[in-house]
Amino acid sequence: MNDSFQRQLFHYVALLMLAGLALAPIWVMIATSFKNPVLVQDAKPLWFFFVPTLENYGYVLTRGKFGTYLGNSVIVAVSSTVLTLLLGGFCAYALARLDFRGRVLMANSTLMVRMVPPAVLAVPAFAFVMLSGVDQDLAVLTFFYTALNLPFAIWLLFGFYKQIPVELEEAAVVDGATPLQVFFRVLLPLMTSGYAVAAIFTFRIAWNEFILALLLTGRSTRTLPVAAAGFITDTGVEWGRIMAMGTLIVIPPLFFTFFAARQIIAGMTAGAVKG
Amino acid sequence: MAHAPQDPLTAALPMPMAKPRFEPGFLTPYAFIIPALLVMLGGLLYPVFMALYLSFYDWQIGLPLEDADFIGMTNFARMFTDPQVWEVLWVTLRFGFWTITIEMTLGVALALLLEKPIRGASVFRTIFILPLMVSPVVVGLIWRYLFDARIGWINYYLGAWFGIDPQVWLGDAQLAFFAIVLTDIWQWTPFIFIIVIAGLQALPSEVVEASTIDGANWWQQIFLVKLPMIKSILVIALLMRLIDVFRGMEVMLIMTGGGPGRSTELLSLHIYNRAFNTQQLGYASAISVLLIVIVFAISTAILTMANPMKNKSDV
Repeated sequence: MNDSFQRQLFHYVALLMLAGLALAPIWVMIATSFKNPVLVQDAKPLWFFFVPTLENYGYVLTRGKFGTYLGNSVIVAVSSTVLTLLLGGFCAYALARLDFRGRVLMANSTLMVRMVPPAVLAVPAFAFVMLSGVDQDLAVLTFFYTALNLPFAIWLLFGFYKQIPVELEEAAVVDGATPLQVFFRVLLPLMTSGYAVAAIFTFRIAWNEFILALLLTGRSTRTLPVAAAGFITDTGVEWGRIMAMGTLIVIPPLFFTFFAARQIIAGMTAGAVKG
Repeated sequence: MAHAPQDPLTAALPMPMAKPRFEPGFLTPYAFIIPALLVMLGGLLYPVFMALYLSFYDWQIGLPLEDADFIGMTNFARMFTDPQVWEVLWVTLRFGFWTITIEMTLGVALALLLEKPIRGASVFRTIFILPLMVSPVVVGLIWRYLFDARIGWINYYLGAWFGIDPQVWLGDAQLAFFAIVLTDIWQWTPFIFIIVIAGLQALPSEVVEASTIDGANWWQQIFLVKLPMIKSILVIALLMRLIDVFRGMEVMLIMTGGGPGRSTELLSLHIYNRAFNTQQLGYASAISVLLIVIVFAISTAILTMANPMKNKSDV
């Protein structure tokens, strides 16, 4: 008993230390975002006990065009997530349930293009914008994010569709359901957790992405990560403001983490463990 | 119309029921996949071929594409003899070696130590995935601040605890490389940890128990039973990290821009810098063709080991 108590104690101490390491840099950002410039310039780290100020947030929220950037980020992330789930969901359904010529080819090529590096897309995307004249349009960014996210979403949703017993659909068909009814009334309700996982991952990528956003947006179509990077200028680095911006950017992903950690882990392990 | 033979379930029904109205026609499956297919063709495959096409041209930013010169394989010939390309490849491989070795070792060791389910495990797991959710740009900003030569916290603690003089972390080739490795370890070790712990907890408990009964000690259990059983998970996690090494660039772009010199310039970042700093779009495209080949080779390795859509589709 004593031994197992010691083991447990070790277990918790180790976990607490690791949790501290994982959280410390994030906390440094949050703490710094509430410091005035004098405190920021102080080389002695202040973790908790200082007089907090909201002036960095005040600056970030009112001086720049934060509202516009936030709106752009929300529009691009939400619309590419919706599109990815819609198109990817149909595609995954067909791959999992319907038999057709080219199914295996489609499945394999989807998996192959999953890893196309954003750096490879950079020059062609830039060229496309230059040649087509469709410049600084959020629709272009949304399109690329949807394309980037589709392979992973299809892969993930395919696995979830496969877990649903076919008999359910067959029963519905016997009862006279149309294909669309089968899809929306029978399958979708059983797929909510699958779609939740796919939504979180798609949203996170679109919300955090930087390179394509930098290349494809202009002054008024900038997304938040591009705006945050823009705070680093040659004239000086305002760490308090940068950290306030960073904190605002990580709020939605952290929010998801707290409410859907289980789904996120399911999505991360799906690639390795289920395969 | 010739349809697939009727499903045994419906065929076996006692009463002849109204014929199911849903008989997927020949075209139905394509209606389901074509929208996604078109987006992926346009957003992924077309850019890849565009990169291939542009790699045969000498094209500077600002010029219309019609004015670009077709130069055949010149870009590729130049690439293979370009010391800068070899240098960033070497940086990328070194970065991959150190980050993946340390992340795998730490992640696996921690997972083995902490695999036993305990109360509150879900809270800790939530905390561990936080670094993975932070935008790469923000990760870069945070660590650039921590490594700052003047007000960075790392210099402060090194001085306060170990009496080490302040270092210009991001201004020195070796220290900057160390800094980006450490940042990557902070962000990605939890990924390995979580994947491996999921694999360990999915192991059938009988096997582990049997080895205990057979007298295997703790080390033997780990190296002869547990690790071999999750080998495929380990290899896939490793390959996924390897692909990320070739895809990633944002953290370095923010922290160092690839410098000093090219000491932290990964292959992806080099393509970006070539294209948009030195403005050689054609040459940058040629290097991205090289990047595609590398990444596809690793992807193929992953797929041959674990194709989620192949085996299970027969179930």
